[in-house]
Amino acid sequence: MIQFLNVSKRYPGGFDALSNLSLNIDAGEMVFLTGHSGAGKSTLLKLIMLMERATRGQMVVGGQNLNKMPRRQIPFLRRQIGVVFQNHQLLFDRTVFDNVALPLMIAGFEPRDIGRRVRAALDKVGLLSKEKLNPVALSGGEQQRVGIARAVVNKPPLLLADEPTGNLDPELSAEIMKLLQQFNDVGVTVLIASHDLTLIERMGKRKLTLEGGQLVADVPGLGGEAA
Amino acid sequence: MSQESQKALPDALSRGASLKQLSLLNLWRSYCRHHVSSARDSLNRLLRQPLSSLMTCLVVAIALALPQVLSVAVSNIDQLGQSWQGRPSLSVYLHHNVKQPVAEKLLIELEQQESVAEGIYISPSEALQEFEAHSGFADVLGQLERNPLPPLLQLSLVEQLSLEQVQSLQANLQARPEVEQVDVDLQWLQRLQQILALGRTLIWLLSGLLALGVLLIVGNTIRLAIAARKDEILVTKTLGGTNAFVRRPFLYTGLWYGLLGGALALLLTELCLFALAGPVAKLAGSYGSDFLLMGISWFDAGFLLLASSVLGWLGAALAVGRHLAAIEPK
Ligand SMILES: Nc1ncnc2c1ncn2[C@@H]1O[C@H](COP(=O)(O)OP(=O)(O)OP(=O)(O)O)[C@@H](O)[C@H]1O
Ligand SMILES: [Mg+2]
Repeated sequence: MIQFLNVSKRYPGGFDALSNLSLNIDAGEMVFLTGHSGAGKSTLLKLIMLMERATRGQMVVGGQNLNKMPRRQIPFLRRQIGVVFQNHQLLFDRTVFDNVALPLMIAGFEPRDIGRRVRAALDKVGLLSKEKLNPVALSGGEQQRVGIARAVVNKPPLLLADEPTGNLDPELSAEIMKLLQQFNDVGVTVLIASHDLTLIERMGKRKLTLEGGQLVADVPGLGGEAA
Repeated sequence: MSQESQKALPDALSRGASLKQLSLLNLWRSYCRHHVSSARDSLNRLLRQPLSSLMTCLVVAIALALPQVLSVAVSNIDQLGQSWQGRPSLSVYLHHNVKQPVAEKLLIELEQQESVAEGIYISPSEALQEFEAHSGFADVLGQLERNPLPPLLQLSLVEQLSLEQVQSLQANLQARPEVEQVDVDLQWLQRLQQILALGRTLIWLLSGLLALGVLLIVGNTIRLAIAARKDEILVTKTLGGTNAFVRRPFLYTGLWYGLLGGALALLLTELCLFALAGPVAKLAGSYGSDFLLMGISWFDAGFLLLASSVLGWLGAALAVGRHLAAIEPK
């Protein structure tokens, strides 16, 4: 699903956030990405979404070569990738329902399809009863779950999460991870950047460790599913 | 999330797959749907902040109404000039030495011409008497040894003559040996028309400047709207919204500002005309004229609405082009 070959990213300031990174993530895997602050975790996720362009190296995501992808195709790539952010990035000028519906509106779904899919996604994260509320009225954990519902409502084959549990207490964090695991169980490839080493250990999945922009460890998961 | 997700294959991300999902017809329908929803949502947004929207629309309206009122005024003055042209007349001053019989013979000859309706001969002494009676200079004039006034043929012309025809007649007469000088008492009309032509040019210039102003006003308002909705734009782009998708609501906002501003401009113009109608009728009445103020034609009104909508759209497009590209998710 994701192949990096000797990928480097140098930011305009001249800082090398990633250097000579190669990795391979298969479809259906669940992988954690960890490392110290500034190691380049977020940068790696941004490269996959083409929020940043690689300076060097080859990147293939979902069979598509990102190096050659023209700007106007980027939106169509992003529609195939669900993203969950630490600060969830919900819009507070509309209801939970409308937040989750946004990817479907962007992709141009039929209105009746939208209703059905949004409710299915909200049901999945256990927030169907709150569809008419403004996200301001939700707790941090609930907001993060709305963010996850929005990321998966489009049924993307790939789900990226950058510190999805960053602001949450351990119990809520575990709950969010369980939710992400459920999507992986039905075949979604999931890549999660996280600091939370205890939680990562508990999940027993493949773990990639970055240090100073380089891949220093690639520990396979307990199930032996890692490449 | 159910069975469908299991189909996640490496090539599931390809554009081809998403095109298969949404057939061309579906794409077209969703495109139209987004146009409709953008138009509706942007109008709703304007109505949700009625006061600030009204302000912007009013500024647009005033900028559009000003040239509109002026051009209606010019058209009316022109119309007035045309109707007062009535019977143009020529004063043909003859040389001092031209005697009465010669002058009368010339008069008869001139009266044969098609463009001349009738004419009279005014001898120097008649002219002097009239002048003494009207000017109040009787004492001074009485002391003169010699009558300084020339013999005069006063010609009334037929009504339908154009300015050019009158002028060529004047030139013909001027060329005759008996004639000293020919005055057209149409010169005020000529001047009026020059002034009106100047006025029209000024209105065009003014319209151009004010149109530029409308572009800037709408552009600035849209710039603020973009800044206020920055988060939404970022999220939309992150979720795969195309530039066109993000742009559309703002373009419609500009269109609405233009259209509503244009409608208000029409209203303002009509109000001005309504306020002027009374005084103008009174004035016209005092000149014995049944002159009526001309309003805005349907064609002009339609044109104004079209032009204002286009201006609003353009202003938004300029702002969007400049500011939207700078907002990229990071
Ligand atoms: N837009 C940018 N311009 C310049 N430098 C940047 C930019 N974004 C990130 N960096 C730098 O690149 C390095 C890697 O950043 P990145 O955000 O990928 O780290 P991270 O592993 O996600 O860290 P954290 O755990 O704190 O989120 C950092 O040193 C950061 O300062
Ligand atoms: Mg980060």
